[in-house]
Amino acid sequence: MAGAKTNVPAASNRPAGAQRAAERGRQAPNIVAAPKKNKLKDSLRDAATAAMLVAVLGLFFIGVRTDIAPGGLDLKMRWTAWIVSILVVFGGRLALNMFVFQAHTPATQTLGQKIGQLGAAAPGLGKWLMRALFAFAVVLPFFFTTFFPGKDRQFIDLAILIMTYIMLGWGLNIVVGLAGLLDLGYVAFYAVGAYSFALLAQHFEFIGFWVALPLAGMLAALWGIILGFPVLRLRGDYLAIVTLAFGEIIRIVLLNWYQFTGGPDGISGIPKPTFFGLELKRGEGGFADFFGIEYAPIQRFIFLYYIIFFLALLTNFVTMRLRRLPIGRAWEALREDEIACRSLGINTRNTKLTAFAIGAMFGGFAGSFFATRQGFISPESFTFLESAIILAIVVLGGLGSQIGVVIAAVVMIGGIEMLRNLGFLSQVFGPGFDPVQYRMLIFGMAMVLIMVWKPRGLVSTREPTAVLKEKKRIDADMVAQGEGH
Amino acid sequence: MEYFVQQLINGLTLGSIYGLIAIGYTMVYGIIGMINFAHGDIFMIGAFISLAVFLILTSVLGFAFLPVVLLIVLIVSMLFTSAWGWTVERLAYRPLRGSFRLAPLITAIGMSIVLQNFVQITQGARVKPLPPQIQGGVTLMQGSTEQGTILVQLSYMQMIIILTTLILMTGFTLLITRTSLGRAQRACEQDRKMAALLGVNVDRTISLTFVMGAALAAVAGLMFLLLYGVIDFYIGFLAGVKAFTAAVLGGIGSLPGAMLGGLLIGLIEVFWSGYFTVEYKDVAAFSILAIVLIFLPSGLLGQPEVEKV
Repeated sequence: MAGAKTNVPAASNRPAGAQRAAERGRQAPNIVAAPKKNKLKDSLRDAATAAMLVAVLGLFFIGVRTDIAPGGLDLKMRWTAWIVSILVVFGGRLALNMFVFQAHTPATQTLGQKIGQLGAAAPGLGKWLMRALFAFAVVLPFFFTTFFPGKDRQFIDLAILIMTYIMLGWGLNIVVGLAGLLDLGYVAFYAVGAYSFALLAQHFEFIGFWVALPLAGMLAALWGIILGFPVLRLRGDYLAIVTLAFGEIIRIVLLNWYQFTGGPDGISGIPKPTFFGLELKRGEGGFADFFGIEYAPIQRFIFLYYIIFFLALLTNFVTMRLRRLPIGRAWEALREDEIACRSLGINTRNTKLTAFAIGAMFGGFAGSFFATRQGFISPESFTFLESAIILAIVVLGGLGSQIGVVIAAVVMIGGIEMLRNLGFLSQVFGPGFDPVQYRMLIFGMAMVLIMVWKPRGLVSTREPTAVLKEKKRIDADMVAQGEGH
Repeated sequence: MEYFVQQLINGLTLGSIYGLIAIGYTMVYGIIGMINFAHGDIFMIGAFISLAVFLILTSVLGFAFLPVVLLIVLIVSMLFTSAWGWTVERLAYRPLRGSFRLAPLITAIGMSIVLQNFVQITQGARVKPLPPQIQGGVTLMQGSTEQGTILVQLSYMQMIIILTTLILMTGFTLLITRTSLGRAQRACEQDRKMAALLGVNVDRTISLTFVMGAALAAVAGLMFLLLYGVIDFYIGFLAGVKAFTAAVLGGIGSLPGAMLGGLLIGLIEVFWSGYFTVEYKDVAAFSILAIVLIFLPSGLLGQPEVEKV
């Protein structure tokens, strides 16, 4: 697949016809390709190579295991596991070769084309799908309490988690997707938001969630400017690495400044949010008591869900509005070409700083929501992995695409959490098998596979902000990705 | 004074390890212009392979003569870790060559997550301690302070690490400057398309770059295992970031720069924890990374990047 793709120039400022020519070029080899004669032989050879590779790679990891034993380390040989893994890869690779890769038209390609045709056939379909999705999100808690009364708490909790990632993804999308600034330390602002609320609530009695929320957002925005200022000159990978460093510095400081942050012990007893002063608790003066309904613990989860839903919608709304303002257009111009941007008199410093600040502000909001939801925070929750997950959601969904973030968050976070429900697998693989521990392994693999399959993200069209005459979607390849040139 | 000399020796030892990892970063960045995020985890893989081979040789096969054992461990670990490096490149980076720049960065992060979790699942999350294998050393200086006498010691372990690094670096520099493979690599670094037109197999050269980087990371992994005696699946991240800092400090794309940067980072880290605080030693490394990238983006020995419109 690399052969066809490398011919497409990466430059974003191609003439209008180039897009169509590139499309044709990409499809051409497909039409003339003759079916391979030695399909079976080739497939077998390829599968054997893959199996041999697994044998080599797995020898010291799957075949051997070191464990702590009295008097040093103990070696355990697991030859069955090793041989099974080799056979599984051989069989899997052979099947893939026979039916997917070397089939006359690869399955992945036909699927992609079908989706594309579907979109072209019904232009309103995407819009309707989005509306349906939105309507579902509005009624989601009641949907679960009605149809899955036994598991509603678990599902609503998962929905809150996914919604938090959607919000973080939308916030990061401002920085990465619109302004094209690659930020690998976004979790720092999430942490600033969470710690601002936790510390404010700890030191001042009267500060509750709703007072702390704007304060946390402002503090995070301030930190966005503070951390953004030194990196104004950087771009691309270097910017990513410096933001990563800043994120880690903040985490290490939180971890070691024991007197102020509680260090690794974290901060607990963070107050819960109230509904216009009404606490969601049992008995006198609570939310249920005031409205004369029966108290149920699930109400608190439903309330939390609506808070994060509202915050996420706010993020989306503000982003969509800002895109139409001069500042939003400046962000996108910056992403496309920084030098041209500067030549046209746009103040790149302020443009970059506002992107950092506004992105950080939403990160701060999400952070203080995280703090109030958990009731306990510690530096553990703000590792680099978290930044990587958020960035992965934004990039996998399609940089700059708002709906892409939703799809990616649902697929990645929801899909991974679904592993918890696969308990029946332990009957197949033996009692020691726990699918949950494979979560991050599968997450990482999914990141690699989705990127290799669709380097521009799952949603491959973008809607330009500035249009001539009519509004139409364009291919994601036409949009720059913050490479800075 | 004695304390200073001792820290200097410790810093050089640590710096050698960082330098060896940094070479992998600098070569890959030089040739395809991307940060190989999974390189730190390749180093971790190397440490784990070294541990397994060492245990197989000593406790299962019963070899007792340590120099031979370590030599075999070194060679086997380099070979197998190279296979890992090759696979990572083949799976995650080659399909995206010519794609936009963020895509390989994301697959690299994904690969790093995969490697960490693969090792965590197959080898367990707990740390693996290995008792010190090479003991003793030479006393270089002796001095007395209010607290008592201070000995400046150069342990045999440290000697081995510094010597191995020197030998490998010499061999490696010869490889890059004298062989046709090194020429092909430098050609790809300068202009990949032109190199391809002149008959250089670009894909093969890039693969070999990853293989060489992984082999050096394996050496670093073995040294880390012997020096600290404790490894777990997470050591790759911090070591990777520090080694990347070293590569940037020395000037990315420059081999002597990577080694120099590694030594400097090792020294800074050791002196920082020796004279200031141990807790914030990682902050020191991260701050240097930020400062160097902001004020000296081409590093100490690197060539400044020319911006073309």
